[in-house]
Amino acid sequence: MKTRYTFGGDEHIYVEMDEEMSLDAFFKSLSMSNAVREADIAGVTEICPANASFQVRFDPDVISPDDMLARIQDLEHKADAAEKRLATRIIEVPVFYRDPWTHETLMRFRERHQDPNATDLEYAARINGFDSVDAFIEAHHSQPWFVSMVGFVAGLPFLYQLVERERQLEVPKYLRPRTDTPKLTVGYGGCFSCIYSVRGAGGYQMFGITPMPIYDPDQKISYLRDFMVFFKPGDIVKWKPIDHAEYDRITAAVEDGSWRPRIAEVEFDLDEFNADMRGTNAKLMEALDGA
Amino acid sequence: MALEIVKPGLATSIQDLGRPGYFHLGIPQGGAMDRLALRAANLLVGNPEGAACLEAVFMGPQIRFKRDVSVAVTGAELPVMLDGEPRQTWTSFTARAGQVLSFGFLQAGARAYLAFSGGIDTPPALGSRSTYPIGALGGIDGRNVEAGDELPLAEAPLADEGRHVPENLRRMPGCPATLRVLPGLYWHRITEASQQSFFDDTWTVAAEADRMGYRFKGGRALEFVPRKQPFGAGADPSNIVDGCYSYGSIQVPGGTEPIVLHRDAVSGGGYFTLGAVISADMDLIGQLQPNTPVKFERVDMDQALAARADRTRVLSGVRELLA
Repeated sequence: MKTRYTFGGDEHIYVEMDEEMSLDAFFKSLSMSNAVREADIAGVTEICPANASFQVRFDPDVISPDDMLARIQDLEHKADAAEKRLATRIIEVPVFYRDPWTHETLMRFRERHQDPNATDLEYAARINGFDSVDAFIEAHHSQPWFVSMVGFVAGLPFLYQLVERERQLEVPKYLRPRTDTPKLTVGYGGCFSCIYSVRGAGGYQMFGITPMPIYDPDQKISYLRDFMVFFKPGDIVKWKPIDHAEYDRITAAVEDGSWRPRIAEVEFDLDEFNADMRGTNAKLMEALDGA
Repeated sequence: MALEIVKPGLATSIQDLGRPGYFHLGIPQGGAMDRLALRAANLLVGNPEGAACLEAVFMGPQIRFKRDVSVAVTGAELPVMLDGEPRQTWTSFTARAGQVLSFGFLQAGARAYLAFSGGIDTPPALGSRSTYPIGALGGIDGRNVEAGDELPLAEAPLADEGRHVPENLRRMPGCPATLRVLPGLYWHRITEASQQSFFDDTWTVAAEADRMGYRFKGGRALEFVPRKQPFGAGADPSNIVDGCYSYGSIQVPGGTEPIVLHRDAVSGGGYFTLGAVISADMDLIGQLQPNTPVKFERVDMDQALAARADRTRVLSGVRELLA
């Protein structure tokens, strides 16, 4: 990993930990963006962590760009020395794979897809070397995921799977982006899964839909009353496959206020994970079962 | 209620100076695309300079007043009429209860700012009344104004009529427009020849030009420095591992059509960016009509900061004039 610093106009500094995605790059970007926040530097207006990079917005009338850059660079050794451990939470997110709504949408945009004669899931399963869509879906939900970035649009999480590089699923984005994606679609592009927080344009392949709202500007949904955005970087997600009946049951329960996601507080240690991925993941999922 | 929207115009929205602080969650700053024009409009009618106004795009709305209100229209040259009688832009005037504000055809610029004494008093969301339709935040129920909407104004005394901002304290793009750019971010991804052609070519504003971003076309396609794409970035040479986007940053999906992200920017994504339009020129983008020719001009950080200081002097001039 080699850190690269660059200006985005006269109000932003962009710091790239690595060109390629890895948990190491994600952890370093998260630690460094936290260090910048804790340093409480006058003139900083926004701190945005991303998958393998982060960005600081500042007011150049308060602190000069060169001084801002020097202050951030000074914090790099702190991030290097920081323990790669995170007190976080694991959340079970129900997913209705092969649902009728994303199916209807993907059929409407077939001419923008790499393989117009297959569904997004059939295509993704094939290019990742799976014998069946079921086996691919199993690979998508059997091991947990890290929320490595929140953004694009309101509250949308990007997720990175906690498995070895050679087991990572990879799919391209649509050839041309769709003009429509159902709200709460579970999507996939590059090595990232995502949940579309709102309806709108999108280029990620569509695998299914969750009945769990993750963005509520009215703050009426029971678990979004404190804040309208559910996810933050560092959250861990375990997908749980559900069928149509369960989807309908949860949707109704969300509406009447009786449903909340299953959540457990956990610690995640990157070194421990790198030493024993399956064992670490098993512990994370056990914590969820006890919640 | 103080104002009734008789006709909404094209995409008229309530905007103030926005809601910085939530970009890390994908919620953009938003607010007026031409911040200088919004500030001037507010100062003309005696408002705090960040009060909520209407931002009208290409076409004005029609508004009936339910009480006496001071009005100022700044930004784009959009002929103003009160009960059919012409009124000057960049100048305060009083509208009486029952009168109707309307507009002629756009003559220059793209966005007009309509300030009303007191300021529009819809409920703020995350500290701002600015409308962000994608996230259903601000405005009226998170949307642009529609016919039949009634807008509240905060209580305020009427301002003097005839307060005026002269042309030397306004900033509008020329033709061709010049947008100054600080190279950076993923600038190294394109070849030297493309780094040159980007600044040499004349681009034009494409039809896809809105609060999220402005697209440009007509220049030569950019070529990328060959590399093995990094893991997680995607196969296209214009792809990167999804990262943060700066306001004003210029992405060029597939190397063909540059997109400059504006106030309602998406906060991140997987396209390389070659640098950013400097903060001093962001307001100008909000005044560009489709098909306008545009040259990007390369500047360094010192020039960017000098341009920013110049812009601050213009704003100080407006503040002193209308204090």
